Amino acid sequence: MQDFGQYTNIITTGVYGSAIALILIGLYAVLVKKHLTKIVIGLSIIDAGVHLLFIAIGYITGGTAPIFSPGNENMAEKMVDPVPQALVLTAIVIGFATTAVALSLVIRLYKHHNTARIDQIKTLKW
Amino acid sequence: MKKVFVILLLIIVGYFLAGTFNLIPFGENRIAGNDQGEKVASYYLHNTKEKTSVANVVTAIVVNYRGFDTLGEVTVLFLATTGLGSILFRRKEDDEEVERINKPSSSLVTTGSRILFPLIALLGIYVFIHGHLTPGGGFQGGAIIATGFLLMLLSYKNFHASHKALTWVESLAGISFVMIGFWGLISSNSFLQNIPEVGQLNQLLSGGVIPVIYIAVGFKVAAELTGVLDILLNIKPKK
Repeated sequence: MQDFGQYTNIITTGVYGSAIALILIGLYAVLVKKHLTKIVIGLSIIDAGVHLLFIAIGYITGGTAPIFSPGNENMAEKMVDPVPQALVLTAIVIGFATTAVALSLVIRLYKHHNTARIDQIKTLKW
Repeated sequence: MKKVFVILLLIIVGYFLAGTFNLIPFGENRIAGNDQGEKVASYYLHNTKEKTSVANVVTAIVVNYRGFDTLGEVTVLFLATTGLGSILFRRKEDDEEVERINKPSSSLVTTGSRILFPLIALLGIYVFIHGHLTPGGGFQGGAIIATGFLLMLLSYKNFHASHKALTWVESLAGISFVMIGFWGLISSNSFLQNIPEVGQLNQLLSGGVIPVIYIAVGFKVAAELTGVLDILLNIKPKK
């Protein structure tokens, strides 16, 4: 086990902080940007932030990857939590699927209105 | 004015997110436990080796313990591809040919991608065949193969993935996943049950049906992502 000592706090702030920063950047893009493609990009950035948060929660200081590779057969006590990694594997694929469908909807809107900026689509109503 | 409100909202959201995750210490061992299922993660870590003989615990969870979930995930991917096709579907008029938006590439790029494409496909196949031994698996390998097809689609103006072949590969892979599930149901009373003879740890032929399922998932994901790329790149430019 490596001992990170006084750096633990910095690492905690750094990993959680960057994950939360990614979520906030994505949320800003979704709320402020007018171009639909940029909104979809913002949603993808939120996705990335949530995935980083998941993996960070599963991390154990000094842990190894949950793979029993040759020479690592008896390391079960030292491995990081495999469940969030499996969930993130699912979430990445679902994120890809939703992004693809959202982009296809953007393309359809662009073809119909000749613009992909939501402030220029006049027929948009509540 | 709107930006001020948005930044205020972001500060509030960020404050509460940071406050929440400040309560969860980073890097703490929360999964320490015995192999009797006291904590779910420690159950997986202690029993995967004996019960499935799969070296990669994440693969064992994705394909075996949560295999039903993965079947649903593959279905979501299939639905996304179908939805994409139906949203962007355009009946081709007889006289007009579908035109690629991008310009023709130089001969350097075309020759290079012709050499690189088989190697990329080989890497993808390696990744999903060894999904139970190394980091990787069906989804990752399928995505790598789809990047190879993306390279070909970008460098050759007339390259088209055959939709009939893609549909066949996708359907066969999906059907084989479900059939393996039913095989488990018939032989050991549980859907997607692994067969008992699971082989030796860290051998290529180990893990029972887990590598077979991951190979099927790899082909399915590769076919679906290639279909998505082909649809998105072949949109007719507006006249």
